[in-house]
Amino acid sequence: MSASRYDAIIVGGGHNGLVTAAYLASARKKVLVLEKRHVLGGAAVTEEINPGFKYSVCSYVVSLLRPEIIRDLELPKHGLQILPLESTFTPLPNGDYLARWGDHDQTRREIYRHSPRDADAYDDFGKLMYQLAVAVKPILAMVPPDPTSMSPKDLMGFLRLGKHFRGLGHEQFHALHKLMTMSSADYLDEWFETEALKATMSSSGIIGTFLGPRSPGTAYVLLHHYMGEIDGAMRAWGFVKGGTGSVSESIASAAREHGAEILTEAGVAQVAVKNGKATGVVLDDGREYTASVVVSGLDPKRTFLDLVDANSLPDDFVRDIERFKIRGSSGKVNLSLSELPNFTSKPGVGPLHKGAVSISPSIDYLERAYDEAKYGDFSSRPYMDIIMPSMIDAGMAPPGKHVMSIFVQYAPSDLRGGWDETKREAFGDAVVDTLAQYAPNLPEAILHRQVLTPWDIDRDMGLTDGNIFHGELSLHQLFCMRPTVGHADYTTPVRGYYQAGSGTHPGGGVTGASGRLAALKILKEAL
Amino acid sequence: MLRTTPFHSRIAPLNLAQNWRRWSGYLAASAYEFHHDREYWAIRNSAAMIDVSPLYKYGIEGPDAERLLDRVVTRDVTKCELHQVFYTPWCDDDGKVMDDGTLTRLADDSFRLTSAEPNLRWLQDNALGMNVGIRDISDDLAALALQGPNARRILHDAADGAADDLRFFRLTKGEIGGVPVEITRTGYTGDLGYEIWTDPANAEALWDGLMEAGDKHRILPAGMLALDVARVEAGLILISVDYVPAHQAVIEGRKSSPFELGLGWTVKLGGNWFVGRDALIAEKERGPEWEFRGLDVSWDSLEALYGEVGLPPQLPSEGWRTSVPVYSGNTQVGYATSGCWSPLLKKYIALAHIQSQYAGIGTNLRVEVTVEHYRKKAAARVVETQFFNPERKRSNPSVADEVPA
Repeated sequence: MSASRYDAIIVGGGHNGLVTAAYLASARKKVLVLEKRHVLGGAAVTEEINPGFKYSVCSYVVSLLRPEIIRDLELPKHGLQILPLESTFTPLPNGDYLARWGDHDQTRREIYRHSPRDADAYDDFGKLMYQLAVAVKPILAMVPPDPTSMSPKDLMGFLRLGKHFRGLGHEQFHALHKLMTMSSADYLDEWFETEALKATMSSSGIIGTFLGPRSPGTAYVLLHHYMGEIDGAMRAWGFVKGGTGSVSESIASAAREHGAEILTEAGVAQVAVKNGKATGVVLDDGREYTASVVVSGLDPKRTFLDLVDANSLPDDFVRDIERFKIRGSSGKVNLSLSELPNFTSKPGVGPLHKGAVSISPSIDYLERAYDEAKYGDFSSRPYMDIIMPSMIDAGMAPPGKHVMSIFVQYAPSDLRGGWDETKREAFGDAVVDTLAQYAPNLPEAILHRQVLTPWDIDRDMGLTDGNIFHGELSLHQLFCMRPTVGHADYTTPVRGYYQAGSGTHPGGGVTGASGRLAALKILKEAL
Repeated sequence: MLRTTPFHSRIAPLNLAQNWRRWSGYLAASAYEFHHDREYWAIRNSAAMIDVSPLYKYGIEGPDAERLLDRVVTRDVTKCELHQVFYTPWCDDDGKVMDDGTLTRLADDSFRLTSAEPNLRWLQDNALGMNVGIRDISDDLAALALQGPNARRILHDAADGAADDLRFFRLTKGEIGGVPVEITRTGYTGDLGYEIWTDPANAEALWDGLMEAGDKHRILPAGMLALDVARVEAGLILISVDYVPAHQAVIEGRKSSPFELGLGWTVKLGGNWFVGRDALIAEKERGPEWEFRGLDVSWDSLEALYGEVGLPPQLPSEGWRTSVPVYSGNTQVGYATSGCWSPLLKKYIALAHIQSQYAGIGTNLRVEVTVEHYRKKAAARVVETQFFNPERKRSNPSVADEVPA
């Protein structure tokens, strides 16, 4: 075994690493994927922690999984099915609620109930964001050019980009400028007056970042939501049958079909570098593998500060990576339930249980939740994005029983005094208590509870500081700055060593885009 | 979960085919019978009752009501007399049409505006600094269209003659079925017709009153399919079918100016400033790029094309709402957006956007038709949009002199 030589070794069997592996294997390269855990997928895993109940342990929806990846790798043939998740229900402390349904007329009527003016604004806002998303989206599929480089390739890249933005009308250009600079709360204030609507919409701007709705720069992330909507019509947004792990499994199955070898319980200790070039990897257990190319699907911190001897990297590059912001801000609570939550504001079981439930009654509520995290505590009344997967895919829980997936923010990775088991359970209690205010039957219905803090996510899933995006999706860390200028094109200072994780452009969410672009880059210049 | 109109208790049992469609979030009858044919002929030959309650309606009241509307719409609202109704589009700053509807002056300082799409925010934004109240009264007003040659006689009986002398695009008040109503001589069929407005609580009484008075005049409830054929014959545009409202258009190319929709007659550039006026003055000077025209598709040509495959012309019995290419020779010079077989005119007709240089009345163009799975081009002549425009639509004979249809 130790003598095996591969064209490429992929460190980390997360969804991006698997995408890279599948693309390389489909180009007839000899590929080996090494995953530390016993399951593939990294943060995109389904695990039966409580027998009979399947949890999408971390990532719980796919938003922007690139349609070209689904087509190129024939993922539906390998079991991928993305099911619709169309509504968002926001229960309010005053006993009312705000819902956005899959149907336009129904949503309009519901928003109208809260503010006739907002009902009109919602459509106009949607159109503008759609226009901007159409304009910005192609960037996601592009290898970021290096702004410091004068090479024809990079200059052409910027030319293409410039042409793209020249096509925007002045209204759209102004809006884009505002989105890049404003906070989501301020931006949404320009359009809407309903607090719950603003708060629920702004939440997409704060997910995964250590920022509040009133922090400048959060408006931009709103746009990502609408990019999901463009493909939404083609169902690239939604819940994956079998849980998010099915994404990883289908990609792994495609990779295997093309001949890739995939090993689990094979943690990589170090990337071997000789004369400035990567030559292979050494595993925790001492096994060694050699390859022409080594690709890391891990986050930038682990990719450069853990896997590679610092002496192999330029000092300024190491400093850039050290400065890369990767604060964890969120946690996850997964529940097994004997019955569905019964919301006092809309009693009974209904369509709301097949969509998302958002605990985001007002901008103040979200900002207060952030305030606590800013000073080192978890939010006692957190923002939550909840789905009940068993209502979409019956196979997720035993008949008559349910699973609930709760994304929770804020839970700072550097909690004051550090995380421990007591604090983790206190965090879990805060989540359940908060939800019980809206659905009093919930605590009694809980059969099993899994609580994940950034501490757990770092330790168990290998995401540094538990940051779900491998580094915050803030403007200073996007595009040609992700993870650092000069190496936003999937290369590293070490020849033959590439990065393919979410910490590279475009990053964020289960998109597979980083993994695909990295594979294309490697095929073009290294293999 | 779709909403039902105030007439639902009456129209639901009559909808034999359970053939419904969605209109602004409401359930609307597509056809009551299994085929819409008799409903169409009621519009043209007797009288049809069409529930038009899903229209958006706004009440605009206050010292600046006239000023606000004059600022928003293209017509000169200062010329709108008491109880007069204006049909008018309104535009964005670039002079592109956002919506079209009717405007009624109910009092010196009070108007009602109907529209096809929501306009509350647009009206409010334009009212900045004005002393005017804008109310969405969409749910406070049930509306029923009574259309067809017998409409006046039915109203004569049902409303005790209250509308006998009502002129085209004017309003009067009366009582039908024991409930107070407002009657406007307006409609969407290009025929003699009225629209009747009342409190939703009175909707059923209004319906019953008209049905009772209309029975001997062969009144018939009609759905959207019949209305669609009638409005194409009348050359009346439909939003989101014949044009894309400017504020919903994702790309510039989808927007149209009033000139490009055959609504040049509604644009009063001599009056006060209104939204889009500057752009429309400039457009008028250089001439619009597009014209909105009727196309009279040649029967001989259709017969020849279908003859090639051994069939007589096969034409749809319902109106269509797809975009169909229009050619000059083999160059595409426009597109039709609505069309139908006109049962009355015995013609295959369409409404089309044509590049101005090809839009002269009488120009011979070609329109795409699919004959047995193959795309062909049938000869079509450019005509005015009003294929059918009967004298009775505007005329005011006394009811006594009127010849029953």
